[in-house]
Amino acid sequence: MTALLTIIVLVFISVAIWQMVKIFDLAQAKSENTGVATDKDNTINGYLMMGFLAFIYIITIVCFVKWGDLPLMSNSASEHGPTIDNLMIISMVIIFFVQTVTQFLLHYFAFKYKGEKGKKALFFADNNKLEAIWTIIPVIVLAGLIIYGLNTWINIMGVDESDDPLVIELYAQQFNWKARYGGADNTLGKANVRLIDIDRANILGLDESDPNAQDDVITTELHLPVGRPVLFKMRSQDVLHSAYMPHFRAQMNCVPGMITQFGFTPTVTTAEMRETPQMQEKVTRINEIRVENSKKLVAKGEEALERYEFDYLLLCNKICGKSHYNMQMKIVVETQEEYDAWMKEQKEFKNSLIN
Amino acid sequence: MSAHADTHAHEDDHGHHHKETFVTKYIFSQDHKMIAKQYLITGTIMGVIGVLMSMMFRMQIAWPEEPNVLFEALLGKWAPDGVMDADIYLALVTIHGTIMVFFVLTAGLSGTFSNLLIPLQIGARDMASGFLNMISYWLFFLSSVIMVLSLFVEAGPAAAGWTIYPPLSALPLAQGGSGMGMTLWLVSMAIFIASSLLGSLNYIVTVINLRTKGMSMTRLPLTIWAFFITAIIGVISFPVLLSAALLLIMDRSFGTSFFLSDIFIQGEVLHYQGGSPVLFEHLFWFLGHPEVYIVLLPALGITSEIIATNSRKPIFGYRAMVASILAIAFLSTIVWGHHMFISGMNPFLGSVFTFTTLLIAIPSAVKAFNYITTLWKGNLQMNPAMLFSIGLVSTFITGGLTGIILGDSALDINVHDTYFVVAHFHLVMGISALYGMFAGIYHWFPRMFGRMLNKNLGYIHFWVTAVCAYGVFFPMHFIGMAGLPRRYYTNSNFPLFDDLANVNVIITIFALVGGVFQLVFLWNFFYSIFYGKKSVENPWKSNTLEWTASLKHIHGNWPGEIPHVHRWAYDYSKPGHEEDYVPQHIPLKDGEEELQH
Repeated sequence: MTALLTIIVLVFISVAIWQMVKIFDLAQAKSENTGVATDKDNTINGYLMMGFLAFIYIITIVCFVKWGDLPLMSNSASEHGPTIDNLMIISMVIIFFVQTVTQFLLHYFAFKYKGEKGKKALFFADNNKLEAIWTIIPVIVLAGLIIYGLNTWINIMGVDESDDPLVIELYAQQFNWKARYGGADNTLGKANVRLIDIDRANILGLDESDPNAQDDVITTELHLPVGRPVLFKMRSQDVLHSAYMPHFRAQMNCVPGMITQFGFTPTVTTAEMRETPQMQEKVTRINEIRVENSKKLVAKGEEALERYEFDYLLLCNKICGKSHYNMQMKIVVETQEEYDAWMKEQKEFKNSLIN
Repeated sequence: MSAHADTHAHEDDHGHHHKETFVTKYIFSQDHKMIAKQYLITGTIMGVIGVLMSMMFRMQIAWPEEPNVLFEALLGKWAPDGVMDADIYLALVTIHGTIMVFFVLTAGLSGTFSNLLIPLQIGARDMASGFLNMISYWLFFLSSVIMVLSLFVEAGPAAAGWTIYPPLSALPLAQGGSGMGMTLWLVSMAIFIASSLLGSLNYIVTVINLRTKGMSMTRLPLTIWAFFITAIIGVISFPVLLSAALLLIMDRSFGTSFFLSDIFIQGEVLHYQGGSPVLFEHLFWFLGHPEVYIVLLPALGITSEIIATNSRKPIFGYRAMVASILAIAFLSTIVWGHHMFISGMNPFLGSVFTFTTLLIAIPSAVKAFNYITTLWKGNLQMNPAMLFSIGLVSTFITGGLTGIILGDSALDINVHDTYFVVAHFHLVMGISALYGMFAGIYHWFPRMFGRMLNKNLGYIHFWVTAVCAYGVFFPMHFIGMAGLPRRYYTNSNFPLFDDLANVNVIITIFALVGGVFQLVFLWNFFYSIFYGKKSVENPWKSNTLEWTASLKHIHGNWPGEIPHVHRWAYDYSKPGHEEDYVPQHIPLKDGEEELQH
């Protein structure tokens, strides 16, 4: 309803402006309004250009102050996270330097050289030195960024099998996630969607005759021991999904018909992350918002929202259908002991089948 | 190379002129100026639909699952009790993207201005083939009709995102919109591609063969260079999308497995085996990325022309501008993989595409700096077209710079498919190309309709749009960096993002204001066609040939002989001349030197 009202108001405003412009036009009729900018138009719009420059700077500052405590810039919870964050910060600094300078030049020139009758512009068509300067400077800057970026990329994507990573399968389907652990042998059994047997609860299509599959463990929460490299093998049974774990700076698509992979080492447990001042501040802020929203809900006779507590999350980040917006799985990073205790409670594949 | 259009052709045209009926003049016209208007008006109508859709889904994002009278009125069964359905949300996002990218910014922009300006600015009586040109428009019209019809299909329109990645787009079991809606989408796009190819071939042939005497390639206005190169990119890349669409149709309807393999859905195993969705991604983006430049280059060409004219100064670095268009065109065909860093393709390929992608920043930077230098010490005439051109340079810089982050595979891992991407491409290609289109309309409206647009309405249109464009897309970078994925119907299932809800409200308000203010433009546009002030022959005191042609709508453009060209298009404020412009058809004075370009 509010939206409709807003739109109606806006329509009225635009009609009012139209009428005002007509009056303005009539007033100008004598001075021959040809539809071409006059000196007065040039001056007004020149000043507006400076105003607009100020607007760009202000919106930049406001955005940084209000929403600048980005999880992306800090707070990463994986070993390779800080390298990505560093590269991000360097890129950002370069971008904002260039942005500030070029926007200034553009708008300032538009203001400074606003047209006047009788003035003649400078006939300046070419200058090879200048062209060379602004070809070579970007080349140098970009060369630096490319080298740094590719180094980072190769380090992240190259999986070192000699680290003995914990192998976990992330299995995507419309609209939920499952995780499969290799069990005591840390080896995933063979699987294919053609072997799915819902009646026997073989929901991921494991090969029941594969000895490696017997001790596999299938879960609906992802638990990771802190400090141990993890190698994820992604699989999807229906459409494309993307396993997005923003806190770990990790993402990989899940593609039906092929197995993709991504590896990282979690460095901060869930409990530790909850204790960081930054996260506590964020959680407090979110809970204030939730309390406010709950008041409205209760007034409408609905249930209040639950209190929010921080958890790492795995989100789906590739459009996958109707409930794409709610395809998530909780990630728990914990100590090795906690992890072992949790794992002990889980059922092995061979025991989970219904015969 | 330059060929005369001989005078016989002109006399023939003159004969036709008297026989013109309403149908041949306004409907099945073969005249490039009329076809340009047809493209413009069809594109504008599609644009209204596309923008309305974005306003609707923005409201859903800001006020999730709240009843809205507008939804109830416009979406019908898709908004029970006025609450938008999740399926239709995805459909709106999908069709908004498709319409804006292809129907507005490709056909509406390129179709309008390539058709209008190529013959007029190179000094030709018409396109190489008026008949193919007419077919091209009517195929575009047909594809628009099919796309609009697809909105009314029982199971809903296509909803797999404008990139229509299979298997989601291939399996009606995965999503209602992947049934009849997707079939119509594919048919519409196939026809659209045919239209675009016919148009592009025509543009290429016309530019190569029909330039008037003296119009060497190095004297071409930058608009023509941009349209010419754009057409070449289109001819190279659009057929690949066509093949992808055909293969997808085969997978959907004839049981082949080009893109599908090992699928278990809704309790059954499908027969597909051996295909790969990644193959589709390669084929799609082989068009999809050049498409960005198909959209952007014409806008940059238009901007070059308008900035030079209104600065009363030659465009700075003509050769560098042409070289950077060529460089961008070349690079644009070898960077598609940067959309696929995390698609599961070999990470080594990711490295290669990072390298080529970041290279594009170099010609882009050259263009931006050249625009800024063109303004320096100019005598800037702040016409609405000029404002939109300056606005374009501004959004091109802001949007382009974040490309350095997205093109870097390591950084892309975490911002891929978040709102950061949405903000980036809307600024750098959406808003920039839209500004280019508006600039072109304000500048060439007198040429098209013989009347002027109201400049004061133009100023209001520009300033409100400019503020809203930044208001919408600048904060959007920040919610993207906070990890918010795009294409989420609502974020309320993630308390993690609760503190971003207010940003989304702000963005939506800017979007609604900006959207509604486009009415100012629409009003100005349609009102001025009939009641605008009559235009003089060369209102902006421009050098290019289109302003020497007859203001009246005549077949063949020039009543007499086609003017010959004696200089490049940018002799503004040239020392030794009384006026601050010297049109291209004015011969060199005794002792006057032409710049070596």
